[in-house]
Amino acid sequence: MKKIFFIFLFFVISFKNAYSLIKVDITRGNLDPLPIAISPLHVDSKSEKLSLFDTDKLGEEISKVIEQNFRSTGLFNPLKKDSFVQKPDIAHLKPRFEDWRLIKAQALITGKVLIKNKKLKVEFRLWDTIASKEMIALSFTTTPPNWRRVAHIISDKVYERLTGESGYFDTRIIYVSETGPKDRRIKKLGLMDQDGYNVKYLTLGNELVLTPRFNPANQLITYMSYFKNMPRVYLLDIETGIQEVVGSFPGMTFAPRFSPDGKKIIMSFAKDGNSDIYTMDLKTRIVEKITNHPSIDTSPSYSPDGKFICFNSDRSGIQQIYVMRSDGTQVKRITFGTGLYGTPVWSPRGDLIAFTKVRKGRFYIGVMRTDGTGERLLTENFYQEAPSWSPNGRVLVFYRETKSGTKGEGFSAKLWSIDITGYNERQIKTETDASDPSWSSLLSK
Amino acid sequence: MRFNKALRSLFIVLFSTLIISACSTAKKAADPLKNDVYTGTETVEYLANGVPDRVFFATNKFNLTTAARDTLRKQATWLRKNKKITVTIEGHADERGTREYNLALGERRANSAKDYLMTYGVSGKRLSVISYGKERPVNPASSPLAWSQNRRSVTVKAN
Repeated sequence: MKKIFFIFLFFVISFKNAYSLIKVDITRGNLDPLPIAISPLHVDSKSEKLSLFDTDKLGEEISKVIEQNFRSTGLFNPLKKDSFVQKPDIAHLKPRFEDWRLIKAQALITGKVLIKNKKLKVEFRLWDTIASKEMIALSFTTTPPNWRRVAHIISDKVYERLTGESGYFDTRIIYVSETGPKDRRIKKLGLMDQDGYNVKYLTLGNELVLTPRFNPANQLITYMSYFKNMPRVYLLDIETGIQEVVGSFPGMTFAPRFSPDGKKIIMSFAKDGNSDIYTMDLKTRIVEKITNHPSIDTSPSYSPDGKFICFNSDRSGIQQIYVMRSDGTQVKRITFGTGLYGTPVWSPRGDLIAFTKVRKGRFYIGVMRTDGTGERLLTENFYQEAPSWSPNGRVLVFYRETKSGTKGEGFSAKLWSIDITGYNERQIKTETDASDPSWSSLLSK
Repeated sequence: MRFNKALRSLFIVLFSTLIISACSTAKKAADPLKNDVYTGTETVEYLANGVPDRVFFATNKFNLTTAARDTLRKQATWLRKNKKITVTIEGHADERGTREYNLALGERRANSAKDYLMTYGVSGKRLSVISYGKERPVNPASSPLAWSQNRRSVTVKAN
């Protein structure tokens, strides 16, 4: 990423946990989105001018990004700016709550930016307009190219305050960008902010790349590549662009993920028709065999505490989901419904496993408790698979493919997201077709 | 009178039965799928005269049909005659499954073919295996016929 270095200093002006009337419940589908007013941030007139962007418009642009974040949750209703009566600088100092209540706002975000010594200083406040109180006041400093992240960080702080859950806006999604005819697809690794901006392609498309995943520290990616016609798991450093093959396995390795502490890669290794799950320690390079069974064992996923692994196995005759201890012992099957199950992913909250289910020719994305009970199917489609969790364990991103005609016409692959309540299903816009999405953790912790 | 009526009814019943049974045994237009395995030749290429380059599988399966074994025996004969040739056996799956499992399934299918060739005297050193999962369909359509054509293991000359 182009940003090399940014400073993050949180000066807490005041952080009131005072009782307020505003609380957004995200555990149910919210049919009554909370009206929130996001005032354009005031740009301090002493700000230096930069060639990077139009400094005068910066405050407004930041508020637009925040607005889009909240709109995408389906839980908030950002109000139209032309109805705002108070100017950004005054609103930030002392809002006239009656004015904001008049347009039905229940919450108000105001802020101020100053560009000085090539740094971007940000201040923002969250107000409860019903109770006429300040709820959060925070300030921080970063570099100007990070202005979109400023909006995402403000969004996360406000979201957290209003819902009681941590946010997911200051995150990125790694995915496979697809172009070309269906039988000769060109695939590249794509990296973007969760709102679809700042797209970067990390590989050239000369060889097939599949199923990328982030490591917890967010600057390494693991993925599978057909480089030199040898399908293997690779590591890619986002900062340097350097790619290296993982281990020296004498056969196909695939389905790679990182362990929660980022120290190991867990993956499948296929040899003589059998696929088992292996780990490799990235420092010591020690390889451990975790499953030992003539069935296909793949799509492993660690629990967030690193103690358990859920995975996909057809040892019962058909694809099902199993849970085992991370040393491979105590393998237990957890899915028993009709149909087949695949792509299990353990929620970062530890409470649920998301999965793909295929039944009677239809594909479902669903969640279940980690013992297999409480199965809930969230969405059904002709073809969709591979859910990935937002860092707060409340939203899933996955991909869908459409039916194609006799020559492959009409085919498209797109990224979609859905809340685990089953609500707010929406497409994530990408420049090209896309598949295999994986959500990073919060970039700032 | 009654007897005539009865006889007539009998004839109608017999006649109808003949027609119905004739219809049910009449051949349908050549159905290229048998037990969910593609049996046609549309997508088949040839390594040499009379030596088809591929075998097909049922959904989620990797076992060889009688037709598959027949094809592979022909490949083995050809490989034993042409000792310098090495091949790559590609394993493929249809699009109706999860991506990672399909990579493993493709590898399984390729190894089914490889193992069979080895039992017919071809050295394993001449046979390398690669799986493409569902990434390289030969037929891009979304239909049961296309999917059956894509569930395949293809032997490709490597040198």
